[in-house]
Amino acid sequence: MSKGGLLAATLMAATVALVVVGTVWPIPSAVAYAGGRHLLQSSSTPEEAVKNLGEDIHAQSWEKAYSSLANKAQFTETDFVHDLTGYYPSLLTYATLDHFDVQPLHSSSSDADMRLMLYWSTVVGISAVSRDLHVTKSGDQWHVAWPISKRPIVPPQVIPVNYLRWDVIYRGAGDDWGAQDVEAPHVRIVDMHPVQRAAGVMILGELLNEDVVPAYVSVTATLLAKDGSTIATDGSFDKISHLLLPKQVTPFLIEFPDRTLSSVASIRMTPFSTLISASADPVIEIDNEHLNPAPGASLSGQLIDESGQIVNVAHVLGTFYDKNGQIVWVADSYVDTALLPQTPVPFDIHIPEDLARKISSERAIVASYSAGGTL
Amino acid sequence: MRSAFSALAGSLLLAASCLFAQNGGVQVPQSIEAGSSFSLQSAGSGKAALYIVGPNQVLKREIELGQSTFFAPGSLYNAGHYLVLLKTDNSTEKSELNVTATSKPSEVSFLARPSRLPVDLHDGITGAVYVFDVYNNLITVPAPVTFELLNPSGTKQTQVVTTHNGSAFTAMDSTRQQGADKFTARVGDVDSTRIVGQVPGDPCGIKMSAKPAGRQILLETEPLRDCSGNTVPDGTIVTFTESYADAQATVDVPLKRGVAQVDMPAHNGALLSAASGVVLGNQIRWEKQ
Repeated sequence: MSKGGLLAATLMAATVALVVVGTVWPIPSAVAYAGGRHLLQSSSTPEEAVKNLGEDIHAQSWEKAYSSLANKAQFTETDFVHDLTGYYPSLLTYATLDHFDVQPLHSSSSDADMRLMLYWSTVVGISAVSRDLHVTKSGDQWHVAWPISKRPIVPPQVIPVNYLRWDVIYRGAGDDWGAQDVEAPHVRIVDMHPVQRAAGVMILGELLNEDVVPAYVSVTATLLAKDGSTIATDGSFDKISHLLLPKQVTPFLIEFPDRTLSSVASIRMTPFSTLISASADPVIEIDNEHLNPAPGASLSGQLIDESGQIVNVAHVLGTFYDKNGQIVWVADSYVDTALLPQTPVPFDIHIPEDLARKISSERAIVASYSAGGTL
Repeated sequence: MRSAFSALAGSLLLAASCLFAQNGGVQVPQSIEAGSSFSLQSAGSGKAALYIVGPNQVLKREIELGQSTFFAPGSLYNAGHYLVLLKTDNSTEKSELNVTATSKPSEVSFLARPSRLPVDLHDGITGAVYVFDVYNNLITVPAPVTFELLNPSGTKQTQVVTTHNGSAFTAMDSTRQQGADKFTARVGDVDSTRIVGQVPGDPCGIKMSAKPAGRQILLETEPLRDCSGNTVPDGTIVTFTESYADAQATVDVPLKRGVAQVDMPAHNGALLSAASGVVLGNQIRWEKQ
């Protein structure tokens, strides 16, 4: 046999051997990605039982996850899935589980309490959901009792809604060239304050729609050096409520990572507005707003949908002021469950610890998105 | 001698009256009005090609030299500077011809800005006019333009501005009453109208009342008006805020039928306030009823 033939035979034999080894003794991550058995096959400890459940949720093996529960007789598999991904379309409906953490809270020989932190990957970033689980021992195995959330029920009813709606008709191609188009909404920046943070330069401010029509808005800031040259330009992206009804005010935050305020001579602000078809509905009340001090400083509260329309995604923006009324921070949070009429849903906006003690008042607004509707 | 003087005078008179430029083979008028008929007189004999080249237009005629060539009305209609070329077998002669717009306006292009503005704004409405003849040539001869802004209540602002190089410009105040104003520009018997929406300004003040509604408080504003007395339009946002203990509740409510109303939680000692844009309303301290 030639040297080439010997090399080919050796490579083939090695490949076959590796395939056999990989099939018979696969590494755990390969199993998980292949949708096969669990990383941890036994549930001989409370932690393992919760981890196995987390792996099943991660793999969206709903049937397997449901069948492993100790209290599955209390609800159906559909209820279990809806409890995780939402009963109505929301951010979680189209999310996948990015990762999870398990923290023991209490443990004895027959039962334990564990905290399962689920980090969902949504279209607006990671959404963390915490569930406290009770785990009980049955034989040599531990089983998780899932704390099913009570499904919010809105009684069948007809809710008349007669809020104003605006539609826009622009000039047509056949119109006289001198005929004016519909005027863009007039908006005004009523407050602007640059701050230096560890992450870079932040531009905070508030934008007012001073017109009588709804506006789709955004704000762009350009940092200028002493010689007039442009250092950087960026926009508010989702740190703003893009739909402003007449006389409504939104905060905005524009981030310039890795920039320093000392190198900035001036800032050029460019508000943008255009007409948009919109409805004055839904009205969302923000109730029970609390400024929670450090550590874990936050603005918490509840959203209550006062209208008849289901709100699929709610975006809460908070503006924080010092005792002089000077804006010191803008932060936001998405609510990952749908808002049903008259059903409170909690929210929590994180506030940086170093700013928490400067804040003496706040103002929150809600931007809402409904499936099949306008902004 | 006498006959020689007569011939010279006759030649000068002919040149002055016809404004013709003698140019070898063809006599060309210095200028004609757009769309008018005209003739070109050539000298010599034989055949030639006559070209008239100008803005967006080229004419070509095969002519007999020594004869007059007639151009019917509408032959040249674009105002501008034209080149007249007479090409024979062994030469090309060049002349120039100006075509001017007709003096009668036929169309007015009227740019009015903005289409919507708050009431009672000084010089807030601007109008610019360009005057064209029937062939869409800009008429550069000065002409008076009458601008009229007619409010639904019947009040009228009028300004007369003379065009300069074919255009005229004006600025007018928005009135104190909301509504769709008719903004008209008129030149001769030609006019053009635009609609300018005058909308209410900021609310002049917000007066809010509170009354118990079961376990909640019903907050309601009086009809909102601007400082000119116009009703603030529906859909305008009024922000209600309730501060109690160390907590707060807020809700943005759109005006409906001129008023904003909302139910908020009843907390004893709560401070209730209302605002719309940059306008603040009254405050109410809620005591247990």
